[in-house]
Amino acid sequence: MNGPRKDEIVRYSPRIRVNHWIVAISFVLLALSGLALFHPAMFWLTGLFGGGPWTRILHPFIGVFMAAVFFLLGRTMWQDNRMQPRDWLWLKKIEDVANNREENLPEVGRYNAGQKLLFFTIVACLIGLLLSGIVIWRVYFSAFFSIGVIRFASLLHALCAFVLICAIIVHIYAAIWVKGSIRAMTRGKVTPGWAWKHHRAWYREATKGIQHK
Amino acid sequence: MALQSLDIIRRSATTLPEPEVRGAYTGQVAKLIDTTKCIGCKACQVACMEWNDLRDDIGTCTGHYDNPHDLSEHSWTLMRFAEYENPKGDLEWLIRKDGCMHCEDPGCLKACPSPGAIVQYANGIVDFHEENCIGCGYCVTGCPFDVPRISKKDKKAYKCTLCSDRVAVGLEPACVKACPTGAIVFGTKEDMTQHAAERIEDLKTRGFAEAGLYDPAGVGGTHVMYVLHHADQPALYSGLPDNPKISPMVRLWKGAAKPLALFAIFATAAAGFLHYIGIGPNETDEADEDAARREREKTP
Repeated sequence: MNGPRKDEIVRYSPRIRVNHWIVAISFVLLALSGLALFHPAMFWLTGLFGGGPWTRILHPFIGVFMAAVFFLLGRTMWQDNRMQPRDWLWLKKIEDVANNREENLPEVGRYNAGQKLLFFTIVACLIGLLLSGIVIWRVYFSAFFSIGVIRFASLLHALCAFVLICAIIVHIYAAIWVKGSIRAMTRGKVTPGWAWKHHRAWYREATKGIQHK
Repeated sequence: MALQSLDIIRRSATTLPEPEVRGAYTGQVAKLIDTTKCIGCKACQVACMEWNDLRDDIGTCTGHYDNPHDLSEHSWTLMRFAEYENPKGDLEWLIRKDGCMHCEDPGCLKACPSPGAIVQYANGIVDFHEENCIGCGYCVTGCPFDVPRISKKDKKAYKCTLCSDRVAVGLEPACVKACPTGAIVFGTKEDMTQHAAERIEDLKTRGFAEAGLYDPAGVGGTHVMYVLHHADQPALYSGLPDNPKISPMVRLWKGAAKPLALFAIFATAAAGFLHYIGIGPNETDEADEDAARREREKTP
């Protein structure tokens, strides 16, 4: 299964892959610079960005950039991430999920319920981060908001960032855990066995009408 | 002022003790501003400009005596004039010299994310070290008195230093030196509190039954205190807060949230690692590929 196969299925188009990795790199930069300003134990991370003032200058611009790039990605993925009745059943069997007992799980479409919830968690956090981030962007926008709003936005920004960072750790781990996932997002293709095992409903749909050898 | 002063009791965004071998053994300092003696001459503003070499823009008249009309990175102190009609129907001109209150529990210092950008000396003075300031404005968010200002030019935060450079060599702050009526006095906090008590006693005999000292407990007391004719209504003095304290939102953001969030982030990563070790990866094998092939053949 490691070598090149002729029967591989396209899971992510080049556009989606490039889009995903631009978002991913932006996120890493934002998490590092944001944590640097969140906790003194992490302040040394400002060194990666050219010091404290540069970290403060760059962070919001990268943030706006990521929000815009994620919008393009999220727009494409929105439809496939809508929760369906079988997804709730999947979530009830989360113990089987964690223990790799996929034979006990209901069929999964293009994304499973975990991926879907993660998607909407990311969307909610990004909206929260963007709005609160604008309020606390001192140089350009803070003057337009009252001190109470700025304080609330500071807290909200930290909360959303915290949830997002944890969500992305889960996302990264899931990719390491389910072998073949990283290749799907780097090379774009998965083996039929991978698709059949993890996303059977999608596998059927993706292979419908394609001549099999 | 440098760390070498060896008398720093608190330093922003720092978890270890500071060089603090030199203490304020003769007592912490305080500036007492007696609003009942103030004539609004603005000599203190001028003295502040002169000593600190600050020049604000020449502004425009906005219909009242405040000039400039707000604190800025160039104006670290400002007389605020309020016209108050008392219950007897008489006009009272309540003039308050505004500026940093030098809180015992400073909200700016609590909010600052940059190590050593804000310090508190053993004598109680809260000082900004602009060379460490990153310009985020969190000090503005944290301050209960709306005092710090971010420079439009260099994006650093500025405020009254209580003339820490003068006090360090045994001089009183410039505004105190210049005040012609003795409305601003400077000394140990103990002496100033005692002096205020005498003033308040005197004021009470002169018809100001509610005269009192403004040394708000919500921020642990301040190293700039006011004698007010109407200590029961601080807000009369151009919006002096009745009960200033660090906002609960800032406390949460800069308190419990920091260690808890960091712990939870590491715990999430650790949980992933342990899951991998304990349960292991979810792999696709030849049997899955065969099953996939069978499924394809089954459904043309």
